[in-house]
Amino acid sequence: MRSDGPFSGPALRVRPVVLNPPPRPLRRYLCRVAAGFPSPADDHLEGPLDLNEHLVEHPAATFVVKVQGDSMAGAGIRDGDLLVVDRAREARDGSIVVAVVDGELTVKRLRKSRRGVRLEAENPAYPAIVFHEGKELVVWGVVAHAIRSY
Amino acid sequence: MFALVDCNNFYASCERVFAPALEGRPIVVLSNNDGCVIARSQEAKALGVAMGAPWFKVAARFRSRGVAVFSSHYALYGDLSRRVMQVLAGFVPEMEVYSIDECFLNLEGFRGDRLALGREMVRTVKQWTGIPVSVGLAPTKTLAKVANRLAKKGAAGTVPVLDWTQWPAPADTLAALPVEEVWGVGTRLGARLRAMGIVHARALAEADPARLRAVFGVVLERTARELSGVSCLPMEMAPPPRRQILVSRSFGRRLTRREEVEAAVTAFAARAGEKLRARRLRAGALSVFVHTSPFDGKGPAYANGATLALEPATGDSGRLVRGAQRGLERIFRPGFAYQRAGVLLADLAPEHAAQGLLFAEAPGDSARTDRLMKCLDALNRSPMHRRLRYGSEMQSDAWHMRQHHRSAASPASWRDLPRVCAR
Repeated sequence: MRSDGPFSGPALRVRPVVLNPPPRPLRRYLCRVAAGFPSPADDHLEGPLDLNEHLVEHPAATFVVKVQGDSMAGAGIRDGDLLVVDRAREARDGSIVVAVVDGELTVKRLRKSRRGVRLEAENPAYPAIVFHEGKELVVWGVVAHAIRSY
Repeated sequence: MFALVDCNNFYASCERVFAPALEGRPIVVLSNNDGCVIARSQEAKALGVAMGAPWFKVAARFRSRGVAVFSSHYALYGDLSRRVMQVLAGFVPEMEVYSIDECFLNLEGFRGDRLALGREMVRTVKQWTGIPVSVGLAPTKTLAKVANRLAKKGAAGTVPVLDWTQWPAPADTLAALPVEEVWGVGTRLGARLRAMGIVHARALAEADPARLRAVFGVVLERTARELSGVSCLPMEMAPPPRRQILVSRSFGRRLTRREEVEAAVTAFAARAGEKLRARRLRAGALSVFVHTSPFDGKGPAYANGATLALEPATGDSGRLVRGAQRGLERIFRPGFAYQRAGVLLADLAPEHAAQGLLFAEAPGDSARTDRLMKCLDALNRSPMHRRLRYGSEMQSDAWHMRQHHRSAASPASWRDLPRVCAR
């Protein structure tokens, strides 16, 4: 392990003396000096940002799934994107949901109106699925976020 | 009042969470190395698939009837178990996780409608995690088990929540429950009870507690009292300390080469070290054992073990691995087809109580070793990193388990995330 890695903190204090030490980055020395003085930022530390706080409202009910296909391209969801799905959220008119369609988990836009319930794609190449009376719609979860890596 | 919440056919239900097409289809889950049936969905039970059946013998018969078969996938089951427990923990202040798929909840002090609470648990767990559960409510843990069983069989109607205190015929129900099926009794004790004329739960509840204690000890006396409605088993917030840690597996195929077995033993010792440190313990002794299969019939049989004292007691995986290898050196004989090996840690003591030897030159684990182990455990816990292993484990992966039918999706692995289609 490189000694200037994330685990170097406590180890620095017990480092044995090395004769003819190899050249070290200047950063190391700055770091040592700083350790001797209280930092003016010490009272304001909040720790690093935790993305879970931003993306996960209900940890027990939140699943990450991977998208296959382009039928939701119009909603900005592309092939290979990750979706953060919250199964504790209520599905409303306009929610992007993961629903069970022909035995498969499928991502669609939910539309509820007086005329009935529909699952719409966001790509003109895919027709909407209409749920008439007697045909059950199973909503698996509500899409809370999409994550794309570049 | 206690609630016992139990997942219905847990492993089979887990396989359905990301594969809704399996809803209504019979499912079986196989043991490590795809050996025997260890879990069945309701539909598979109805078809007559037996628990423990060797799959290779019955596969042809049940495959043709649409049975979906899975290798056990503990990463998936563990993830969903954690979620179920997390949801249930939100309902009550006190909970005891009893196994991967069941927990007791303490309802003491709850003044509201218990049945409504139970129904809300069933609904919430199903919606949030996809796992169906049943709830048994009773004044004792043992009766909560009985109530749960009834609920699961549909005695309470379509929503599987049953309150023993509102059950119309408790005495008849206990009389219909064979004694060995009572929680904590089992076949062996059951046979002895039957010999005394105690054949069902009701007879056990009505037996003389003093006599039960004299013949069988206090544990069975408590069970009997619990059946009669007197609570004797409080919530156990922490499991009792372990006396041994065992890591042992059957190999995916028979092994003959020494480095193959050594790789397995190294992996087992490192895993045992992880378990040891997770429980904040140190081991004072290590045993390693190997054996051929007792069922192979042909070929010479061999089984042997070696035990080493670890002085001073240690939590250092490096020392455990070296100890296991030294032990293996003593017992490994060429010319056998090995089926299984294991590493057992014993003489366990809390890490803060581990004593340095008064006259020994070797000190206990140094602060440096402790830090190294903390770092190792942190990296191996993190899903972002690949497992950090000891070199001798990498010599061979021949021992790895046979898992031909493992489901692809795992909610706990970035590589195997469940897929949703956008088509």
